[in-house]
Amino acid sequence: MKYTPHTDADRKAMLQSIGVKSVEELFADIPKEVAFTRRLAVPEAMSELELQKHLGNLAAKNADATSHVCFLGGGTYDHFIPAVVDHVISRSEFYTAYTPYQPEVSQAVLQTIYEYQTLICELTGMDVSNASMYDGASAVAEAAIMARATTGRNKILISKSVHPEYRQTLATYNLGLEMETVEMPLKNGTTDTEAVKKLLDGKTAGVIVQSPNFFGAIETPRALVDAVHAAGALLVVIADPISLGLLEAPGNYGADIVMGEGQALGNPMSYGGPHLGFFATREKMARRMAGRIVGATVDNRGQRGFVLTLQTREQHIRREKATSNICSNEALNALAAGVYLTTLGKQGIREVAELCVKKAHYAAKKVVATGKFKLAFNAPFFKEFTVKGAFCPCKVQDELLKHNILGALDVGHWYPELANHLSFAVTEKRSKQEIDELASVLEGVQ
Amino acid sequence: MKKVQPLIFELSSPGRKGYSLPALDVPDVPVESLVPKGELRQVPPDLPEVGEVDIVRHYTKLSQLNHGVDIGFYPLGSCTMKYSPKVNEQVSRLPGFAYAHPYQPEKASQGILQLMYEMEQYLAEIGGVSRVSLQPAAGAHGEYTGLLIIKAYHKKNGQKRTKVIIPDSAHGTNPASSVMAGFDIVNVKSNERGGVDLEDLTRVMSEDVAALMLTNPNTLGLFDENIHKIAEIVHAKGGLLYYDGANANAIMGWSRPADAGFDVVHFNLHKTFSTPHGGGGPGSGPVGVVEHLVPFLPVPTVDYDGKKYFLNYDHPDSIGKVKGYYGNFGVVVKAYTYVRALGPDGLKKASEDAVLNANYIMRNILEYYDLPYNRHCKHEFVAAPFRIMKATGVKTLDIAKRLLDHGVHPPTVYFPLIVHEALMIEPTETESKESLDYFIDALNSIAKEAYENPEIAKTAPHDTVVGRLDESGAVRKFNPRWRREA
Repeated sequence: MKYTPHTDADRKAMLQSIGVKSVEELFADIPKEVAFTRRLAVPEAMSELELQKHLGNLAAKNADATSHVCFLGGGTYDHFIPAVVDHVISRSEFYTAYTPYQPEVSQAVLQTIYEYQTLICELTGMDVSNASMYDGASAVAEAAIMARATTGRNKILISKSVHPEYRQTLATYNLGLEMETVEMPLKNGTTDTEAVKKLLDGKTAGVIVQSPNFFGAIETPRALVDAVHAAGALLVVIADPISLGLLEAPGNYGADIVMGEGQALGNPMSYGGPHLGFFATREKMARRMAGRIVGATVDNRGQRGFVLTLQTREQHIRREKATSNICSNEALNALAAGVYLTTLGKQGIREVAELCVKKAHYAAKKVVATGKFKLAFNAPFFKEFTVKGAFCPCKVQDELLKHNILGALDVGHWYPELANHLSFAVTEKRSKQEIDELASVLEGVQ
Repeated sequence: MKKVQPLIFELSSPGRKGYSLPALDVPDVPVESLVPKGELRQVPPDLPEVGEVDIVRHYTKLSQLNHGVDIGFYPLGSCTMKYSPKVNEQVSRLPGFAYAHPYQPEKASQGILQLMYEMEQYLAEIGGVSRVSLQPAAGAHGEYTGLLIIKAYHKKNGQKRTKVIIPDSAHGTNPASSVMAGFDIVNVKSNERGGVDLEDLTRVMSEDVAALMLTNPNTLGLFDENIHKIAEIVHAKGGLLYYDGANANAIMGWSRPADAGFDVVHFNLHKTFSTPHGGGGPGSGPVGVVEHLVPFLPVPTVDYDGKKYFLNYDHPDSIGKVKGYYGNFGVVVKAYTYVRALGPDGLKKASEDAVLNANYIMRNILEYYDLPYNRHCKHEFVAAPFRIMKATGVKTLDIAKRLLDHGVHPPTVYFPLIVHEALMIEPTETESKESLDYFIDALNSIAKEAYENPEIAKTAPHDTVVGRLDESGAVRKFNPRWRREA
């Protein structure tokens, strides 16, 4: 299979037009010392049919949320995706374009990003959103950078209940950023707000909490707002976007940055990527925010149109003085998120959130009723909950897998002190029958 | 007739629905009994209320206002806007890939892990490196990851090196990534052949320098003829060489970065390996390293013990994680499919035709356009309209805008910064001779037209749905979101 259309006659004519005898002449500037002279050791070419079969075989070796019933969460969720979403993002006018550098022929990408920004602002209670970031984890690092740039301070407080991989990512970014990071302690599975107030000081740039947190528990970031602001720091809230159909928007209670993982908004789980990080803030801080931003303007004919704006923050203009190095983001995933939020609309987002919270609570009750597990914390939760059992999580996972169920995330993998703690995520997709089956398999775990 | 479209919010009507969800099938309880009242949302988000057909028409009509590779030629320099094969899209949507959960058991993910393991091997072979991490989500993310690896390596060796050398022709991401990684930037000049000035490099190279970042071929589309000497100069002082793979589409099967002395290499799967650019992403920016840097790669690596594939977190010197999970796996599936479709000869041929196409355009526009560096180019080249500008006042921006009326996407403009009025043209290998001829004719006819009636280009575009947009107005009257009128 190849995608190069030239015939031998085309190549001959083109070489002649260029004025060379062979294509090798065009590569003569590669010094002999560094030229590659053998064939690449990659497998021989396949036809399209062979590709379909080979990739089909690889795909068939995996469990997935269509062949199995998925109760796994941990930042990636098996939510329902309306058919419209894939239909729209499959239009090649969207997916074969790139960053809209030429707005006159990019109004589709630009307007859909503007709509996405508006939807994210509505959801989070914020003034301005960027066009997306890589994912929730890397967006946490960008939030820390923004807090530092805004306050001129170098210390970040991050709760221990924030997704462990987000904290790991921040730690890795910190090899470069060299910020001081302090983990905030937990109490009953949520951030100990009183302890945090003691950690706040004149060096603190930002305080990062997640709600619902990694264990599924709903936190009370609003209890921190006054103390964080009094210390001159920014409050960053990592939110589950689906939960914002039901839970208060962090922007409405005083958060300065609201961000998180946007996969749940119409994007398949894809073994962890591509997902998208959503990121929103107050208008007065827009210039400190990383990532592309689309703004409305007018054209020379008086029509409304959209352009990339505040570009003087960005690497292609500012180079070493840019707010971030981000260039490509997750535009197509943001488009999916935009179509998803548009399709669900004002009523649907509430309905999905209510289905999640009610089914999750039913599931928790059933899991506890097996007598084999107890709720690990008594904090309120949204669509995910953590339980404690007397079994090795791998054993529980294996037993579930035998029944075509994916579940029992091993919380102790990241929290050694929480050995034998498992979490389950329950979205609107899980039926009562599936939840009952989960409970009955768990009941049989020996 | 293409028209400006209303915003989806302007089509909203209270009470209308475009979705359907199953009824609650577990015992209903009031949400107030599940969530503390103070945490419940007081005012619902003002999302649109529209029917499904309205949604579909909205996005379909909007889509028609956009240019994409599937619509026409898109010679955007350094972005490698090659055709994205449809089979890649098809297989990436297989449920066993698209609906797999990142934390499902390894034994239930063997096909995925095998694909990742094999893709790593292919990229290692193409780059000449020892191991590759698929974790970075984009090119700039790969750069940042690579720089952190370099930093960790020097630190492990007890060295605090504070500087990164970057040529004046480099992409803006290079200095931005370096600063994020905590380095100071030192610029190195280009020589009259468009390559790194060796004298200047020798001058700025010191034992404070952690690395030199280089794009090769560079942003002028020129392969650095002194690359082995550059490597010697940098290595002699203990520095490392970073390969920015944005332009790797020129060299597959012709030259391998690690063979030329590069220590860290990133690839842009959305450029070289045909995955679609998505309107600005998702991309994927795997980073590969030579042997002595392997311990510092992000975790987990995907390993094979002879029986099964597994995620290996046991790398004590690893820099950690640069994103959640394991990378943009869905993008990796497409790039993997591309490599398997082309095979060793197809990959080499792709680079060959990419170079052929660029040279063909370059040699056929010289009647009107100027070449700041008159050498055979690789997969792209930089031209400038010096004569046209002098005689008619028509600038690069005007030419770019006039190209829109010809139905092609303009090249990258005003970059690299070392060429005034730059037009950076990258046709890619997937364009036919007819398509290249059409573009050549368009560029030449715009030049001719400029001499006859420069106003046409200066006021272009004329045939697009919107005309030139007020970009400074967008900054002055910053409007990043719709708001309901009170």
